[in-house]
Amino acid sequence: MESQIASYNLTELKNGLKNGELSSSEICRYFIEQVKKIDSVVNAFIHFDEKQILDDAADSDLRRKEGNVFSDYDGIPIALKDLINVKDHPCSCGSKILENFISPYDSTVAERLRSKGFIFFGRANMDEYAMGSTCENSAFKITRNPWDTDRVPGGSSGGSAAAVSAGEVPVSLGSDTGGSIRQPAAFCGVVGLKPSYGRVSRYGIVAYASSLDQIGPFARDVEGVAEILGIISGHDVKDSTSLQEGKADFLAAVKEAPDDLNGIRIGLPKEYMDEKGLDADVRSSIEKTLNELRNLGAEIVDVSLPHTKYAVPAYYVIATAEASANLARFDGIRYGRRAEGANDILETYVKSRAEGFGNEVKRRILLGTYVLSSGYYDAYYLKAQKVRTLIRKDFEKVFQKCDVIFAPASPVLPFKIGEVVDDPVQMYLSDIFTISVNLAGVCGISVPSDIVKAEKELPMGVQFLGPAFGEEKILSVARTFEKNRDVQTFSPKQFGDV
Amino acid sequence: MNKDIIDVDYIAALARLELDSELHDKFQQDMDAILGYVDMLSELDLSDIEPTAHAASLNNVWREDRKSEPLGQEIMLKNAPDILDDELIKVPRVLAEEGGA
Repeated sequence: MESQIASYNLTELKNGLKNGELSSSEICRYFIEQVKKIDSVVNAFIHFDEKQILDDAADSDLRRKEGNVFSDYDGIPIALKDLINVKDHPCSCGSKILENFISPYDSTVAERLRSKGFIFFGRANMDEYAMGSTCENSAFKITRNPWDTDRVPGGSSGGSAAAVSAGEVPVSLGSDTGGSIRQPAAFCGVVGLKPSYGRVSRYGIVAYASSLDQIGPFARDVEGVAEILGIISGHDVKDSTSLQEGKADFLAAVKEAPDDLNGIRIGLPKEYMDEKGLDADVRSSIEKTLNELRNLGAEIVDVSLPHTKYAVPAYYVIATAEASANLARFDGIRYGRRAEGANDILETYVKSRAEGFGNEVKRRILLGTYVLSSGYYDAYYLKAQKVRTLIRKDFEKVFQKCDVIFAPASPVLPFKIGEVVDDPVQMYLSDIFTISVNLAGVCGISVPSDIVKAEKELPMGVQFLGPAFGEEKILSVARTFEKNRDVQTFSPKQFGDV
Repeated sequence: MNKDIIDVDYIAALARLELDSELHDKFQQDMDAILGYVDMLSELDLSDIEPTAHAASLNNVWREDRKSEPLGQEIMLKNAPDILDDELIKVPRVLAEEGGA
């Protein structure tokens, strides 16, 4: 039974529950054992409540016995990034300032998962406030890449990606503000999807940059992310930025994905292939994948996103400006950490924030405060917003010439732990292939494409990008690629070591 | 753009952050490096370009004006760092004591 659970994808778990082959308790016990066995090394979870999980699983099994399941998914575990509020669960955002925070309410995504009977399975580690690309900015622990534990899992949703990769949970949720789902998915050899802006409600998600943040799923396969997206998407009255046209049949798009890519035009932005920072191993793997796509019948179309190089600087102005406003609420007054020994209210704010926030968060708050400060608004913030318009228009033009855009997920292989954490500009540049997507509000899926040999085997991932509300198209292309790609199994072998 | 010297202390005060001297020096360097990099945006002619504040075009959406249950005082006070009489959040002094302090 155990080995079956390990190899099952989301649909198989669902069917196993439905036909009585499996119970939720068996499934959860299997994954709990896996967490106990390896998470002391992988460190995917900040918080893990075994008893709560088993109680919830027993409730689910009882519902099933009585014929009252909430949905076919009732009893399936899902891990959530630690910035998604779930009533009565901790929500620390990877930050000391929220270390002891217990959510008073459900976020909309949690409520939707709960209403289907999903079991909340641990709080996944993350860069503090989703600020980072390595998971090293967590105040609590450094998550390790299950493929090579000397390397990072990517970030900021590193815990969510590593947990799925290491077989600690079948599916998870992360958030993507500048690549924080797609890059860790690629680093860990799992599938991750960043929905179009407005597809998924942000209600109850701790905000980093409100005009860029989207919640999205991780799974072992394309079908898994399509299933979860189907559940969490759709308009929400509690989030005025969630759009009316949010629902679609994503699972059908995956199930009906053709066996080849005949008639599909895949845009290849020349700026991406010309990128100087593109690692040689990454480049040769990308070229191999492009050939696989050609062999499947896709037409590779040369396209141009001329403002690509301006995306990173524009992003770091816009995102930090929004962050400096969003994080103003963490002041040690109503909730969160309050510094001891302050004499008045101002000192309380200043000391609580100094003690509670880590360095990357402080750096971004300062940057955001600066670009919004009197005399600099036009020079930085307004300018960046205008560049955002140019980037959005680049994508609109390109999507008239092709169905989807092909892109690497990261210019480099997963970093070694400690390698770049102290060089902010180098760190920010690693987001070059993911960041424009958030500025333009379009969607992207990261799908494992290849395995490359470094000290140890490492997975490679590529992205398919689609226009706003083009998720069905990118899911379909990703699924056709997935079922035909040369490498079929993406399973870290390093478990012998962990 | 501009080559002003960034006053990290002033920005930190605006951001309600306290920095020790080591962090101050580090952030001075980091901010110079990051903003130096951001200066690349000045290469572009943006004179006729409208700014984009949001990825999606947002329209006002009306909904029925319905009463809903609030979360409740007890629940909201659970995360408060300090409370008074089980119904108030206790905060440090807001105004200085008379005669200074």
